[in-house]
Amino acid sequence: MSDSVRSQNSLVAVRGLSFLRGDNKIFKDMYMDFERGKITAIMGPSGTGKTTLLKLIGGQLRPAQGSVTVDGSNVHRLRRNELFVLRKRMGMLFQSGALLTDMSVFDNVAFPLREHTHLSESMIRTLVLMKLQAVGLRGARRLMPNELSGGMARRVALARAIALDPMMIMYDEPFTGQDPISKGALVHLIKSLNETLGLTSIIVSHDVHETAAIADYIYVVSDGRVIGEGTPTEIKQSSSEWVKQFMDGSADGPVHFHYPAKDLQDDLMSTGKRY
Amino acid sequence: MQHNSTQDTLVGFFVATGIAVLFFLSLQVSNLSSFTEQKGYTITARFENSGGLRVKSPVSAAGVKIGQVSDISFDPKTYESVVKMRINAQYDSIPDDTTASIFTAGLLGEQYVSLEPGGSSEHLKQNSNIEITQSAIILEKAIGQFLFKSAEEKK
Amino acid sequence: MMNFIQTLGRNTRGSFTKLGRATFFLMQTATGVIEILPRPRLLLKQLYSVGVLSFLIISISGLFVGMVLGLQGFYILSDFGAEETLGVMVAASLVRELGPVVSALLFAGRAGSALTAEIGLMKATEQLSGMEMMAVDPIKRIISPRFLAGIISMPLLAALFSAIGIIGGQIVGSGLLGVDDGAYWSQMQAKIDFQDDIINGVIKSLVFGFVTSWIALFEGYDAIPTSEGVSRATTRTVVNSAFSILGLDFILTALMFGDD
Repeated sequence: MSDSVRSQNSLVAVRGLSFLRGDNKIFKDMYMDFERGKITAIMGPSGTGKTTLLKLIGGQLRPAQGSVTVDGSNVHRLRRNELFVLRKRMGMLFQSGALLTDMSVFDNVAFPLREHTHLSESMIRTLVLMKLQAVGLRGARRLMPNELSGGMARRVALARAIALDPMMIMYDEPFTGQDPISKGALVHLIKSLNETLGLTSIIVSHDVHETAAIADYIYVVSDGRVIGEGTPTEIKQSSSEWVKQFMDGSADGPVHFHYPAKDLQDDLMSTGKRY
Repeated sequence: MQHNSTQDTLVGFFVATGIAVLFFLSLQVSNLSSFTEQKGYTITARFENSGGLRVKSPVSAAGVKIGQVSDISFDPKTYESVVKMRINAQYDSIPDDTTASIFTAGLLGEQYVSLEPGGSSEHLKQNSNIEITQSAIILEKAIGQFLFKSAEEKK
Repeated sequence: MMNFIQTLGRNTRGSFTKLGRATFFLMQTATGVIEILPRPRLLLKQLYSVGVLSFLIISISGLFVGMVLGLQGFYILSDFGAEETLGVMVAASLVRELGPVVSALLFAGRAGSALTAEIGLMKATEQLSGMEMMAVDPIKRIISPRFLAGIISMPLLAALFSAIGIIGGQIVGSGLLGVDDGAYWSQMQAKIDFQDDIINGVIKSLVFGFVTSWIALFEGYDAIPTSEGVSRATTRTVVNSAFSILGLDFILTALMFGDD
C-alpha cells in the first residue's frame, strides 16, 4: 500500500510532532497515519513515551511542535468544549483500566452515558448490559472494581470506552501483566470489536506476538523517532538491526544491555566516593 | 447510580441536626430571644454619672427585667449622661414619677438601671422623661467620703 | 552561603507557582460549583462522606471539651465567688473560639486528609485522566461537589461541637459541682450576643471550611501520583490546614472582636 493512499484514508494524522519534557526530547519530528477501520500498532521499548503519544492524540498534552489531526480537526487548536465534543468520539483504554473505584461495574459502564446523554434509566440499563455482554462480563455487573482481576478490569474499561459508540479507541499497553488466557481474550476482543463496530484502533504495546497477530500496520518507535514501519510481515523481515533486535527480543544489539556508564575498571578503581 | 436510601437519611439527619443546633445556639444560648421582643417604648433618663452602665444593660423593676438600655450619650450643655431605655410593651402602666437608679449587681457584677415606681396616675409613654434619678455609686468616691467622715467624727 | 540563597530563591519561586496553581484551581472549582447545583445527588454523596462521617468525632470531642471547660472554669470562678457565670465562660469560649477552631482542626484531620488521599489516589490510578478522556471535567465532577460539601458541613459541625460542649459544661457544672442550673443558662443568655458571638462564630467556621477543603482538594489534585507523593500530600494537608486555621483565627478574631 502506498503512503499517499494511507494518508488520504487516515483518521488520525501526526505531522512533524515534537514533544519535550523539561529539556528531554521525548519525540522528534514524528510522522504517523492511522487508517480508518484498521488496527495500527505503535511498538517500542518501555520508556519511549508511547503513552505520552496517546495523551498527545487525546489532547491531554500539548506538543512543542507539529500537529495532530483527528477526523479533520487539529486537536491542539480546538477550544476546551470543542475538544470535549471530539473526545466523546474517542475511547481510551488505560493501562490500569482507570475504573472509578467508588462505583460498581455497572455504574462505571453507565458513567459516560449518564454524563453525556439524557437517556432513561431503563435505556441505559439495556445499553450497559449490551456493552458488558460484548466483553463477556454481564454477570459481573454488581462487582466493585477492587473485586476484579486485572484482565477483567481492562475488559470493563473497554466496555466503558465503547459505551458512547466512539469512532476510535486507543489502547495503552492492553496486554501488559496479563496471564495467557486474559491476553488471548483481549486480543480476540480488540479484533472483533474492530470488525463489528468498524472502529479505528490504535494499540500501544511492546508485546510483539499479540500485537503482530492483530495489527494491520505497525510503527516501531525508539528514541523519539519512527525507526521502522510497515505491515507485520514487512516488519518481521525488516533489515534494520534495531527492529530485528526488538522483534526477536535479543538482550544485546543496537540497544545495549548496559545503561550508559563509564568504564567498569575505572569505576571500580575510583574509591572514596559513596556511589 | 444506586440510590442509597440509608445514606440519604443520614445526610438528612445530619443537616437537620446541624440547623436545629444553630437554632439552639441562637435562641437558648444567646440573647436573640430577647432581641425579638422589639415591641416596646423608649424612655429617657438623665444621670449625673452613669458609671459602668452599657448599651444592653438590663432595666429592672422590683428585681424583674422589664427592658434594656438602648443608648447612652453625653449632653455637652448640661454635662449629664443621657440614657435611653427600651421598655417591653407589656409594662405599659409605670407611673411617670418613677425614680431611676443605677445599681451594681453584687460587688463585682454588672450595673443595671432599677426603676422604683412612684404614685402618679399618669403612665410613662414613648419618649417620656424620668425626672428623678440617682447616679451610679462610684466606689472610690464612696470610700473617700467614708474616710473623710470618720476623720471628722474623731476630732 | 550562595547555596542557601539559591535554595531560598528556588523555594520562593516554587511556593509562588504553587499558589498560582492553587488559585487557578480554586477558580475552576468555584465555576464547577454552579454547575453541580442541578445535580444534588453528587453533593449528597459528599455530604455523607465529609459531614456525616465526621459527626461522631465532632460530637464526642465537643462533649469532652465542654466538660473540661466546666471543670476548669468552676475551679477558677469559685475563687472569685462567681460560679454562676460558668455558663457564660463555657459558652463564650466554645462559640467564639473552640467550636470553630477545634472542629476545623478535627475536620482537617478526619475529612481533609481523607479527601487528599482519595483525590491523590484517583490521580495515581489514572481515574482523573480517564475521566478527562471521557470528556468529563474531573474538577467539576469530582472536586466541586466535595468542595461545596466541605463548606456546608463545617458550620454545622462547629455548631454541633459548641452546643454539645455547652451541654457537657452544664452536666459537669450543675450536675457534679452544684452550680445553679437556672443561673448557668440565664447568665449565658444575658451575656452571649447573637450578632457578636453566634454569627461571628458561624462566619469563622465558614472561612475555615472553605480554606480546609481548598487545601485538602488542591493537595490531592496536585500530588505526585505515586504512593509516596500521596502520603506526603496528605501530611501537607493536615499541617497546612492547621497553620491556616490558627493563623486565620487570629486575624478574624482581631477583626471581629477588636473594637468593643
